[in-house]
Amino acid sequence: MSRRVSGLRAWLLQRLSAVYMAIFLLYFFIVLAMGSVNHYAAWRDWLLQPVMSVAVMIFFAALLLHAWVGMRDILIDYIKPVMIRLSLMSLVVIMLVAMGFWVLRIMLVAA
Amino acid sequence: MAGNSTRPVFLNLLHIHLPVMGVLSIIHRLTGVLLFAAIPVVIYLLALSLAGSAEFSCLLEFFDHDLVHVFMIFFIWGLAHHFFAGLRYFMIDLDIGVNRKQGRLSAWVVFALGFITMLIGVFTLL
Repeated sequence: MSRRVSGLRAWLLQRLSAVYMAIFLLYFFIVLAMGSVNHYAAWRDWLLQPVMSVAVMIFFAALLLHAWVGMRDILIDYIKPVMIRLSLMSLVVIMLVAMGFWVLRIMLVAA
Repeated sequence: MAGNSTRPVFLNLLHIHLPVMGVLSIIHRLTGVLLFAAIPVVIYLLALSLAGSAEFSCLLEFFDHDLVHVFMIFFIWGLAHHFFAGLRYFMIDLDIGVNRKQGRLSAWVVFALGFITMLIGVFTLL
């Protein structure tokens, strides 16, 4: 399972997701700072508008993938016993997948 | 591999002297784990913010509390540090700042940038 997200692939995933998140967050914080979305209607319209909605979902996909690569590195470095490491990795995967579907649900139900 | 090697183990944190890049590296990891733990919280806040105008108002009030501000400042500090440390690693991947002197300097720059971002956060929230 780990071989799918190892080596060059993991490295690339981590960097690409980081770049996307940086650009998204920059845009996000600028809009927040402008104060134009400080009431419910404006906030909702902004986030649920088609392009932004997809951008948000991609942000979370990037975040979860980025987190997976990072957490996997940590588990590989510090947890030597194979079964414990495997169990913790599975736990992390389940949590990340759950987070992903949770975001999907939020964005799609609210729309 | 197991635990039967005769190599000495030295884990006395009070006596280990990591170079600044080493400290940066472990903090990068630590902030990563903390940010990971924060993900469900962030998603929950997103859900709340979209749930209804009453929930949205509640959220704005929530973000006005001093204790919440403290958490937000630590979060901003963690995120900024993780981001700038990551940026430094990205540059090292591109062969920028690889030698030891540059590495040490860029590590201090990362600490400074993280701290400054945290201060900006403090001034914005107060």
